[in-house]
Amino acid sequence: MARTTSPPEPETATGGPAAAPGDPGTPLARRADAAGLGRALAGGFVLPGLVLIVLFLVVPALWTIYLGVTNYRLTGLAAADPQLVGLDNYTAALGDERFRTSLWLTLQFVFGSAVLGQAGLGFAIAWSLRDRHGPVRRLVEALVLLAWILPSSVVAFLWIALLDRDAGTLNALLGTPGMAWLLDHPMLAVILFNTWRGTAFSMMLYGAALQNVPPSHLETARLAGASTWQQLRDVVFPRIRGHVLTNLLLISLWTFNDFTPFLITAGGPEQRSEILPVYVFKIALSGGELGFGAAISFLMLLINLVIALVYLRTLGQRREARR
Amino acid sequence: MTAGPATPPRPATAGPGSTIGWRGGLAQIGRYTFVSLVLGFFALPLLWLATAPFDRTPTITTSLPEFTLDNFRALLDNPYALRSLWNSILLSGGTAVLVVTFAALAAYALSRVRVPGRDALLYGLLLLSSIVTGTATMVPLYELAFRLNLIDSRLGVILILSGGLLPAAIFILKDFMDGTPTSYEESARVFGASPVQIVWQIVLPMVRPGLATVAVWAVANVWGNFLVPFLLLRNPDKAPAAVIMYTLYTEGGQANLALLSTFSLLYSLPVVLMFVFVSSRYGFRFHGGIKR
Repeated sequence: MARTTSPPEPETATGGPAAAPGDPGTPLARRADAAGLGRALAGGFVLPGLVLIVLFLVVPALWTIYLGVTNYRLTGLAAADPQLVGLDNYTAALGDERFRTSLWLTLQFVFGSAVLGQAGLGFAIAWSLRDRHGPVRRLVEALVLLAWILPSSVVAFLWIALLDRDAGTLNALLGTPGMAWLLDHPMLAVILFNTWRGTAFSMMLYGAALQNVPPSHLETARLAGASTWQQLRDVVFPRIRGHVLTNLLLISLWTFNDFTPFLITAGGPEQRSEILPVYVFKIALSGGELGFGAAISFLMLLINLVIALVYLRTLGQRREARR
Repeated sequence: MTAGPATPPRPATAGPGSTIGWRGGLAQIGRYTFVSLVLGFFALPLLWLATAPFDRTPTITTSLPEFTLDNFRALLDNPYALRSLWNSILLSGGTAVLVVTFAALAAYALSRVRVPGRDALLYGLLLLSSIVTGTATMVPLYELAFRLNLIDSRLGVILILSGGLLPAAIFILKDFMDGTPTSYEESARVFGASPVQIVWQIVLPMVRPGLATVAVWAVANVWGNFLVPFLLLRNPDKAPAAVIMYTLYTEGGQANLALLSTFSLLYSLPVVLMFVFVSSRYGFRFHGGIKR
């Protein structure tokens, strides 16, 4: 469920909750309950979906909080009779070198592959293709999108093959036989991989956003002698600021919750690419320390909550601004 | 300056004009170089997937293949390969049916009946579904599946994945429902149709594009999902292609590249075809609401 559960696009969302109450196009009196469902049947319609959501989204979230304050383990004495240990798991985590390293690696991963990699490259591609409509543009878009839609275990292997020490295509191409990319630079490899994997979303979002920039404004700026950088800063950026923020928040959230690096490096070697999702998996499900793992999970949920709240806030502000 | 009636002649054509031309040429070269690099970066890892399955002696290195289809026989020789694809179909099909059905019912009710606190509910669900990801809640999900006796059960995987996809699906479908006129429902009601008949025979056909969108989106999500089946399914007979692919290249010994390459291709093909179909039919743009 890494990237699966995400709010729909800003474009789609604008028609959502805000459109309901005071929408002038559809008078409430006419719209209300046209099929004569009635409250009871309407409740019955909502119920099955709601049950699944409560059971598999709400309960796990709450359970994380509870498990996080216990010493629950997969096996042994604490498995049969878990004890409440208060905030011990949290203090232990903060004092744990491996956790702090993992947090730092996660930060590198999100900043390097999402903010710099995906958003930067995505914007650059959208910018350089903005006035193209030929086969080159279609080819670039098709390849970038292909990297995005292929199943994660397939692309993981494609990258393992590409970076292979003895027979990898990259070493053959660069003339660096025997270069063990995944052992010597695991974090760099994973960051490049995730940039490759996820640029499509940013490319498409910025491609749509750049259509809001009138070409005549750019032309004017260009004739006035503005450099590309000045054009971007003074003409383009003010018009797509909302898109940039939306994009950065969403891809940060997804990258932060991405489990795919596990498929390439499994956190190794020596935990040098062990981002938080991989760390939790290893200590909780491989190592059996469910209570401690739940505490880390709860910290992840809190970080997710902060990003998501900022995201929904900016969406709301954009909607207000548009009125 | 936009579309001024009488465009003034370009000021000082000799001076700044030529700098612009010179700079423009340089910018063009820069742009082509950049686009070529992007093409190389994105094509390079994909080349292997295009060549290795058809190579008489597949290696890790990308090379021009000596064409053969023999490698595909490896799929039949491996006991898990084809079965795992069937499992993927079961999981993604099951989830899509569940998500579309439950989301359509809920979206219709929420679109037409005034429930107090409806907007807050939708907002809360959406927030919840973006926060509570499989990665952040793998510990309690595993625990929950264990207590509900859903370990090693494909139904368990379907239910858990559906729970995660439903909020966004309800959101998308409610948008579609809000956009359909209620007059058909009203006249059907006048002719004595029951509410369930109205929903089944009138509303659902009208929002068919929305249902298709959600179904495709759900299938694409489940087809590539690795973590949830990896956590919950123990028996390799039940594992979907995402998990079998991983075990094929991580299990010790010499990797069978004929099998790995053909399996990767076969496993990737359905999502690629689905994507091509959707984008040719509806145009893969931002308003489609389809993404991973």
